[in-house]
Amino acid sequence: MSDNNIILRMEHISKSFGPVHALSDVSFQVRKGAVHALCGENGAGKSTLMKILSGVHTPDSGTIEIDGSPCVFDGPADAIQKGVSMLYQELELADYLTVYENVFLGSEILSNKLIHKVDTAEEIARTKKLIDQYHFRIDPTAMISSLTPGECQIVELLKALMRKVSIIVMDEPTSSLSESEAQTLFQIINELRTQGIAVIYISHRLEEVMELADDISVLRDGVVVHSAPRKDLTMDEIVRHMVGQRINDYYPARLTTPGEVRFKAENISCEAAGVSGVSFEVKRGEIVGMAGLVGAGRSETASAIFGILPKLTGRCWLDGKELTIRCPSDAIRQGIALLTEDRKRTGLCLGLPCSWNITLPNYGKIGMDKKLQLAKEHQLCSEYGNELKLKWSEPDAPANSLSGGNQQKILLARWLMANSDFLIFDEPTRGIDVGAKKEIYNLLNQLSAEGKAILVISSELPEIFGICDRILVMRRGKLAGCLNTKETTQAEVIHIAAIEQDNINS
Amino acid sequence: MNKFAKQLFPFLSLIFIISLWTFLEPDRFLSVQNFMNVLRRSSANGIMAAGMTFIIITAGIDLSVGSMLSLSAIIGSVVMLMLSGASWVQVSTGEMINMGVFPMIIGTFAGIAFGALCGFANGMMITRLKLAPFIVTLGSMSIFRGFSYLTNGAKPIAVHTYTWLDNGTIAGIPSAVLLFVIVLLSMGYLLKYTPFGRYTYAIGSNENTAFHVGINVNKVKVWIYTITGALVGLAAMITTARSSSAQPTAGLSLELDIIAAVIIGGCSPNGGKGTMTGTLIGTLLISFLRNGLNLLDISSNVQLVVIGLIIIFAVTADQIATKHNNG
Repeated sequence: MSDNNIILRMEHISKSFGPVHALSDVSFQVRKGAVHALCGENGAGKSTLMKILSGVHTPDSGTIEIDGSPCVFDGPADAIQKGVSMLYQELELADYLTVYENVFLGSEILSNKLIHKVDTAEEIARTKKLIDQYHFRIDPTAMISSLTPGECQIVELLKALMRKVSIIVMDEPTSSLSESEAQTLFQIINELRTQGIAVIYISHRLEEVMELADDISVLRDGVVVHSAPRKDLTMDEIVRHMVGQRINDYYPARLTTPGEVRFKAENISCEAAGVSGVSFEVKRGEIVGMAGLVGAGRSETASAIFGILPKLTGRCWLDGKELTIRCPSDAIRQGIALLTEDRKRTGLCLGLPCSWNITLPNYGKIGMDKKLQLAKEHQLCSEYGNELKLKWSEPDAPANSLSGGNQQKILLARWLMANSDFLIFDEPTRGIDVGAKKEIYNLLNQLSAEGKAILVISSELPEIFGICDRILVMRRGKLAGCLNTKETTQAEVIHIAAIEQDNINS
Repeated sequence: MNKFAKQLFPFLSLIFIISLWTFLEPDRFLSVQNFMNVLRRSSANGIMAAGMTFIIITAGIDLSVGSMLSLSAIIGSVVMLMLSGASWVQVSTGEMINMGVFPMIIGTFAGIAFGALCGFANGMMITRLKLAPFIVTLGSMSIFRGFSYLTNGAKPIAVHTYTWLDNGTIAGIPSAVLLFVIVLLSMGYLLKYTPFGRYTYAIGSNENTAFHVGINVNKVKVWIYTITGALVGLAAMITTARSSSAQPTAGLSLELDIIAAVIIGGCSPNGGKGTMTGTLIGTLLISFLRNGLNLLDISSNVQLVVIGLIIIFAVTADQIATKHNNG
């Protein structure tokens, strides 16, 4: 890589959030007109690095150079000014405006400054010119609401290109696209490359990376562990770099021997969420992990079982008894608990006291289904709080006064109190610190020792390998594999989750 | 401490209003007679505000209470007149009819039941059609008022001997005040000491979460609107007894006073927050305010302006307190 060919140079970037080192001494270079793929597991630091590049975060230390000149970004507007454009996973377009109106939103061309008259003809012409230059196929006067997700992405690109970008960051751009739309996007990326624009491409789908990238960097635990041209790497090598060698004493030893089958799901399908034909069993005292990429249908499967999403087909049994679940209250009554992945949106009532959050589904269980006993409730919650080492000023403090880890413990206390037989934990350790994580692992272990059946959905493979007896791997709404933790490797799981292989049969 | 301070603010405002009137009009304001009068006057509003408290805690609103009151009063009155053997012509012309105790009791319950039905209809439209409470009750406000006028060609319906709910007493306490106390205590109990009350808070705080923990959100909401409707029906019959007639114009812009009382009492229009004690204080605050302004011969038009300003002031104070709390 000769120096004058480098468009972006990030040197010795470090960034911490509280005690968590998200990035330590990361150096990263992108060549002009190259597609540079950024690989790594969730939490490896990809997003943080890109947020620093797009001016959302300020690095604790390190420098950024674009086209040879050093830059300090004070907010996203600065980054855009310097030619860095970010294509977000969630598109930010105005639905009821046209393509050209969106492209020029906020920087309209005026034909009359006095009355702020927009020069519609000029805007359409310029949009058209840009569309032709990049060989896109889209009508500049079409309404956004009439476009497909793929076409919307083109509009986002047009917005970026209109501002004369030199670097475009794409974060999981194909996650909302169909197969053919993805192919169109790849052509567009190739077009961008020939026009000299650098693309930083983040994807969990390794086959896409192998198809597109010129260079590949792998991040792990906030460090760039490998950076090389694609032609020097194989998919297996990338996976090995992503996973690395980890120390596993962080997880409690699994001592429980699974007993008879407690929970059984058969042929769970949910049309709206694209889940089809998922069947699995969880035994007494067993912790089963569910792995898969974002959007593979893991949370949706849990939601379908719990009665949140309507099931197209599917039957469930608990301890041999068939369950009828139409809504969450049915599921809870019949002994199922679901700790949802988004504790702010679907887990807690943030403004209400912690104790209320804990007892909310449990009044029947604690003998308060007719009348609440406030003193007893307070005392019960204190007991659960002590057991979980919950840090709160008092059980009646509002839930939003607690840290993320402690909020998660409130949810744990809730489902401990419910004393359910089959517990589903969806991303139980997301966004919480290491100490609290370890406590949650111990708790899961203890629950399984008590004979509960547990399903853990997690995007962190080390976590799944650390605490689970068996691993279910989901891919595109289907169960793609069922593996014994002791007989498999993280690389194999990533293979099944991320790489299309029609010959795998579950 | 903060929780205490929040209750304290409306309470201090109430003390302030009472002190102000005591200072300005000591003779006429500071009498047992006047205080009892204020309590009697606030009973109907307080009963409705108790229901409205639940609605606003779920982050909903009911704009139709005023016209619901008028229509329930008309229905209740017609029922008791008809049961006393009056013909429609007699009802319509307001002829003096001597009603028995039994028809009056049935008529009273008919008014309450009709209110409950109106509330049920609101609740069903909000939950089944998934419409905003603001929209549904804006519509039903107009529908109920329309029917009030249509029933007897915009003329009131006279129930000459129906007065007990207003001027009757039990052990020296006016019956309306007694009903006010009973409703407030039982609704306060429902809110604070039952799972139903907790579900109400949970729905207002985070409806998504409420659903995920197994609360039947729609059922709770329909119940809340129905109960409020029944309380509006009760208030309607008290109002009817006060003037011995059911007026099609009764309760015009009444929703202002009710919602104001609840908001001033510390309920957040964003839901999840509020107490029955607060609502009591809010109701009394507005009643004493109106009472004092009346004693000082300040027109009801000025009163509208004052109450409007107080609502905005109360919500602003609440928001500043919330921001302070979070920051």
